[in-house]
Amino acid sequence: MTVLHQRPGLLLRILPPGLYAGRASKLVERSVLAYSRMWLVFVSGVFEPLFYLVAFQIGFGRLVDEVTGPDGRPMSYVAFVAPALLASSAMNGAIFDSTFNVFFKFRYAKTYEAMLATPIGPLDIAVGEISWAVLRGGIYAVAFFGVMLAMGLVASPWAVLLIPIALLVAFAFAAIGMACATFLRSPSQFDFIQLAVMPMFLFSTTFYPLTVYPGPIRVLVQCFPLYHGVELMRELSVGALNPGMLGHLAYLVALAVFGVWAAARRLTHLLLR
Amino acid sequence: MVVSTGRVVGSWRAAWLRVEGSWAWYRRYWKSNLYSSGLQPLLFLVAMGLGFGSQVKAGPATGGLSYLQYIAPALLVSAAMQNAVGESTYPVLSGFKWQKDYLAVTATPVTPGQLLGGHFTWVALRLLLSGSVYALIALAFGAWLDAGAILVVFVGVFTGLACAAPVTAFAASTYDEGVRFNSLFRFVVMPMTLFAGTFFPIGQIPLALRWLAWISPLWHGNQLARGVTLGGVAPIAMVGHLAFLAALLAAGAFFAHKSFYRRLVV
Repeated sequence: MTVLHQRPGLLLRILPPGLYAGRASKLVERSVLAYSRMWLVFVSGVFEPLFYLVAFQIGFGRLVDEVTGPDGRPMSYVAFVAPALLASSAMNGAIFDSTFNVFFKFRYAKTYEAMLATPIGPLDIAVGEISWAVLRGGIYAVAFFGVMLAMGLVASPWAVLLIPIALLVAFAFAAIGMACATFLRSPSQFDFIQLAVMPMFLFSTTFYPLTVYPGPIRVLVQCFPLYHGVELMRELSVGALNPGMLGHLAYLVALAVFGVWAAARRLTHLLLR
Repeated sequence: MVVSTGRVVGSWRAAWLRVEGSWAWYRRYWKSNLYSSGLQPLLFLVAMGLGFGSQVKAGPATGGLSYLQYIAPALLVSAAMQNAVGESTYPVLSGFKWQKDYLAVTATPVTPGQLLGGHFTWVALRLLLSGSVYALIALAFGAWLDAGAILVVFVGVFTGLACAAPVTAFAASTYDEGVRFNSLFRFVVMPMTLFAGTFFPIGQIPLALRWLAWISPLWHGNQLARGVTLGGVAPIAMVGHLAFLAALLAAGAFFAHKSFYRRLVV
């Protein structure tokens, strides 16, 4: 049980009153309860990246001999693709959770309006929903990493860091996705989200190296947030550490911070008028 | 000209009225459908055909062709399958359950069978439109080998209908909020897209699992599409693929017809 009159911490004192009540974990609790009745939907999410991994192992990988890895050494195609698939599945899962589900709760079920009638603020909602998306993404990432290990696609002990990076990617996209979901008016507009996510999935060097693109397009691809997640994961999976990784990391962290700020601001604007 | 009211229109005309209704809706919302019906297959053609294809050496697996030419016909069929399934899940359930426009339509002299015919006609026209747009743009990429590409558009429409029919029957017998569709997409549509010979020959799939590709309508559609533009498929096999798709269409339409009457005729 939560004690309602707890002593406010620093964050509670500096934020505008009513915005944050320190109860974001209640939203996660609610999601766990809700999904315990839809566990099949939850579990089946593990299969999607696995289908892709198997397709690359038996199919695509046989069409390609070898590709140049991030450390300049040749590597098998499926080992090249696997970390990128992990990054993009973290993105897809987070976007799905924070757009489709949030939109439904926001527009139809009015779940958030009910929550705001209790001592829960918009920032609690944003942080709680994003945490749930990250938690879910984390479970999928661990499952995926387990399969990568079993298939012998992990070449370096640094690859353990793939899981926290997957969480960061999920966090950044969940935050941005949630901010975007508050702008949607009808379900048919979800095509616009696909319009942003799908090209990113296909072109962020997921399936082939950056060198395939001509010069100017390379710069464009390097602007995609997913590109930085893919690069980071691919370098870690072979243990090719380099200073550029800090840049990738900074990009994703900045995106995550901006996303949380934007999502909470939009929710405040829409719900607390 | 003044037409007397109260006259029941013919069967075909009644089904066509439904198509006109869908068209009126589409004219308003085509922009938000632009991605799923037109752009997605092109993005795949660029990413996989050109990008991934740059890593693939033309060899026996691709029939000696460039990878772009190898996947161009199959991508059209695969997109048609996805569009047809998409158009036959939530929109159909919504007609029964949320928007209830199916109930409204059958409150007029239009029968559930004519409504179903209108739905299939509409799906076919959508596939024809998106297939033609894809074919034209793929032409600019140099993805087609010969004029057989025109036939690929029709293979796409036929394969799409063969998938739409059983899925429509499935949607018409769905009474929940459509949660089952998630499983359909995840365990049927997605694996079929990856493993039914669109991106690589099914000969690479272990024999014990290859039958899954054989029973998938998409594989038959892909074989037909490659047969008409790239060659290499025996005429007797083509007849077999056509027969499989026709049988699926007939069986799906039969069960959809049954479900429509069960749900709309009191």
